[in-house]
Amino acid sequence: MATTHAPVAYDSKIEGNVIFTQVDAAINWMRKNSLWPMPMGLACCAIELMATGASRYDISRFGAEVMRFSPRQSDVMIVAGTVTYKMALAVKRIWDQMPEPKWCIAMGACASSGGMYRSYAVLQGIDNLIPVDVYVSGCPPRPEALLDGLMKLQKKIEAEHSTVAQKERLLEELT
Amino acid sequence: MEITQLLTRLGEHLGKKILSTGEFRGEHTITLGLADLAEALRFCKESLGFDYLVDISSVDNLGDDPRFEMVYELYSYTDRVHLRVKAAVPEDNPNVPTVSDLWPTANWHEREVYDMMGIEFAGHPDLRRILMWEGYPYYPLRKEFPLAGKPSDVPEVAFTEAAPLAGGPFVTVPTEEGTVAREPRSRE
Repeated sequence: MATTHAPVAYDSKIEGNVIFTQVDAAINWMRKNSLWPMPMGLACCAIELMATGASRYDISRFGAEVMRFSPRQSDVMIVAGTVTYKMALAVKRIWDQMPEPKWCIAMGACASSGGMYRSYAVLQGIDNLIPVDVYVSGCPPRPEALLDGLMKLQKKIEAEHSTVAQKERLLEELT
Repeated sequence: MEITQLLTRLGEHLGKKILSTGEFRGEHTITLGLADLAEALRFCKESLGFDYLVDISSVDNLGDDPRFEMVYELYSYTDRVHLRVKAAVPEDNPNVPTVSDLWPTANWHEREVYDMMGIEFAGHPDLRRILMWEGYPYYPLRKEFPLAGKPSDVPEVAFTEAAPLAGGPFVTVPTEEGTVAREPRSRE
């Protein structure tokens, strides 16, 4: 039953194997169900990240099981753990090597805000260096919390206007 | 051998070079002058059988003269005894002979002391910072260094900013006013 707001309209009786949709909706649908994470595991949150990837919590139900250890093949960077200043610019560098479109999940208190480390050695939140899409609270967050964060990110991607933004940029370049 | 026998042998070897000895809950400590430290530690390793260097640490007694203090924790696996060796280090020339030739583990311990306290080790094979990066201008465990840190910047390597303490640090304070006043809370 298609409504006017649905991204996909499909009536099997009339259309058979044909689906009508918007380009944005189709692209977003493909993107959100195949998020390849860059696992930036820096501390104990990485253990929970591993648990999320393992069989009990099974992040592959959301299409995000392909942990890419190469930034050039990843879509979402999951910053899991304490970002020390010594590591911060390495994280930034890996983020810069990821191709667009890319997203970032700050997993846990340390990656979001520095956590309990009010210290000379710890960056007070990875959002000082790279843009963060979803913050996951917890110290460390349970795997369910990370999966919830991932679903929030999927919701966010669903609402993006990727081609519209591209068109606007093209128009800006032309004028 | 018992620790008392080992201490007697150490006393016979070093004589008046031992400035003080102490015992607290079965742990024995001797204090030496900095000039005699290398000789004493070599004797402990080679003659007394302290084959395991548990830890090297440094203390910043800000306001005292000499300001710093080196602390060596030794252990003997053959005799199963522990010995702590201390030596004061002056602030104007914080230079201590290395013991990395006696115990290889001292290499990284001494690098940590150098990184955090700024004490240098003569004869160390690889005296680089171990936790912070080369070019970081401060020694973070010195008493005058604030807990929140200080801003610094080494382009393309790392930068630091002061951390927001938000009324902290949240630590207990010694007081006679009771447990409520002693609790960790904002001191603003």
